[in-house]
Amino acid sequence: MTKALDSKKLGLFIACGIALCVLPFVVGGALGNSWVRIVDFALLYVMLALGLNIVVGFAGLLDLGFIAFYAVGAYTYALLGSPHFGIHWPFYVTIPLGALFAAFFGILLGTPVLRLKGDYLAIVTLGFGEIVRIFMNNLNAPINITNGPQGINLIDPIHVGGVDLGSPINLFGLSLPPVYLYYYLFLVLTVLVVIMASRLQHSRIGRAWVALREDQVAASAMGINIRNIKLLAFALGALSGGVAGGLFSAFQGFVSPESFSLLESIMILAMIVLGGMGNIAGVILGAVVLTIAPEILRDVIGPLQMKTMGRMLIDPENARMLLFGIAMVVMMLVRPEGMLPSKRRKAEFKDAKEAAAQKG
Amino acid sequence: MDIFIQQILNGLVLGSIYALIALGYTMVYGIMGLINFAHGEVVMFGAMVCITVVSTLMHSGVDLPGWAIVLIGTLVAIPACALLGFVIERVAYRPLRGAQRLAPLITAIGLSITLQQVAILIWGRNYIPFPDLLNSDTVSIMGASITKLQVMIVVLCVVLMAGLLVIVEKTKLGRAMRATSQNPSVAGLMGVNVNTIISATFMLGSALGAIAGVMVATNYSQAHYYMGFMIGLKAFTAAVLGGIGNLGGAVAGGILLGIIESLGAGYIGQLTGGFLGSNYQDIFAFMVLILVLIFRPSGLLGEKMADRA
Repeated sequence: MTKALDSKKLGLFIACGIALCVLPFVVGGALGNSWVRIVDFALLYVMLALGLNIVVGFAGLLDLGFIAFYAVGAYTYALLGSPHFGIHWPFYVTIPLGALFAAFFGILLGTPVLRLKGDYLAIVTLGFGEIVRIFMNNLNAPINITNGPQGINLIDPIHVGGVDLGSPINLFGLSLPPVYLYYYLFLVLTVLVVIMASRLQHSRIGRAWVALREDQVAASAMGINIRNIKLLAFALGALSGGVAGGLFSAFQGFVSPESFSLLESIMILAMIVLGGMGNIAGVILGAVVLTIAPEILRDVIGPLQMKTMGRMLIDPENARMLLFGIAMVVMMLVRPEGMLPSKRRKAEFKDAKEAAAQKG
Repeated sequence: MDIFIQQILNGLVLGSIYALIALGYTMVYGIMGLINFAHGEVVMFGAMVCITVVSTLMHSGVDLPGWAIVLIGTLVAIPACALLGFVIERVAYRPLRGAQRLAPLITAIGLSITLQQVAILIWGRNYIPFPDLLNSDTVSIMGASITKLQVMIVVLCVVLMAGLLVIVEKTKLGRAMRATSQNPSVAGLMGVNVNTIISATFMLGSALGAIAGVMVATNYSQAHYYMGFMIGLKAFTAAVLGGIGNLGGAVAGGILLGIIESLGAGYIGQLTGGFLGSNYQDIFAFMVLILVLIFRPSGLLGEKMADRA
């Protein structure tokens, strides 16, 4: 750590810190509070993407059901902090509990799929995600646990040291609405997740994941316990997903199975693929771009059509998803390693290409 | 007892449709070693194109019997889907041949989303009803009832599968396909145009998918832009269950999965004492998929694949 703190880096670090601290005021002042909300969501997605990145980017295990862990975290918080069961536990109990549950589900999913790789793993994890969603949708009868498709509402906001983040507070004559308060909470937790991910990456475990990703047989021969290291990846990835889920629940005040569809899993996967798999900065970039860009498109597509053609030809939601699909295809064809790839991943892509060229 | 037979019959109808779609997955996998995630969307397009043609014909007041109108709709849907399959392979898979495995998977998902959105653009977000043109009289077999349409579906599936088997085993194209799936580079040396064969495989699979799409739409009397996702996933499960890459396996897997699903949905209430109902039907396919991949990843009829799964 001493090396990382030389003066130039320290300066950059402090500048970034200040920028992140004043960001909601700049965004809120310029674009309004709805955009601060979008920034909050961007932070949630950064956490999710970093969690999935541990599984897909570091360990190379393709997971298309990641949203299930987000759902587990969200529902744990919602059930233990809402009038639905009349339980109102504080967040410092429910969020860690949700994270633990999510990690448990991660191991539950990880155990049967230890032998699977690639496409097969992707489909099984996809199936797992769907199973979790189907259960959430239907566990309202005969015993009402999840309240089915209606979801759970009136979820408690987070209280930190007597301060209710769910209602505006006055600070030095300045009224701070909840979106600002949650921004700082999310920022703190995102920073924690970033630190966890980067410490993991450069640890013994992180190197074991790289070895696993590049050649499982060789890794096993070097004495790495494949089973444990895979389960650890699933559990730690799920843990971040669970934390993000709990925060989402508190922030939104409402959860329903609709928020945890396959498309969300694909979205998070797209974030890390487009950003640059395995590279923390790339993943953060991918998450931010893919959260913000659709919102900009939402504001742009409608008015643009009205202006140029005089009427709505394509509804904005449709156009947005169309562009998203096309972007995924084009990105893979043009730059499969992502916007900001890690050096090592880039080398692996090159290796695969050369091997294919020699073979073909 | 008649519930049991009824569920078996339902499962047979459902299963033969799964089998037809599973053939598309398995042929592509056999030849290229990749899962064509966008195949479900091809099925959806088949259904949609057919419905469009059928309703246009009906509105134009052509005096044709119902089955002829549906037949025309299907005959339009088949080449349309074959073309779609051809384009999918060209755009999403050919440029990535030999790249890391993740890349084609992501393009396939991207393509899947794109095709769904295109379908929304053309046909909208709502369920589209399939006009009631076909004979829906029921036949009763051992106390269970089945519509004539469903009998037709099963018979047609059998005919199509037999036809496919003849193509693969007896024709020159089929021989080239088998050679390519065994070893593309050696097949190339033997004068097989590998690119043409791969395109042909995609087109053939998509044509079967189009027919399956029409069957789904007639059987449920409706179609929807999102219908391809779940049915594609189940058909894929069927292909894995039977042993991916194996044509007979896809058929066996499809029918077996259809029956498991119907029986499961029919009896889950009794088995769990009313705790879980038939709304959990979709879970069975995933359960089967997970169990097969754990205990017998090569599937029922598949050869042992050391490193593929």
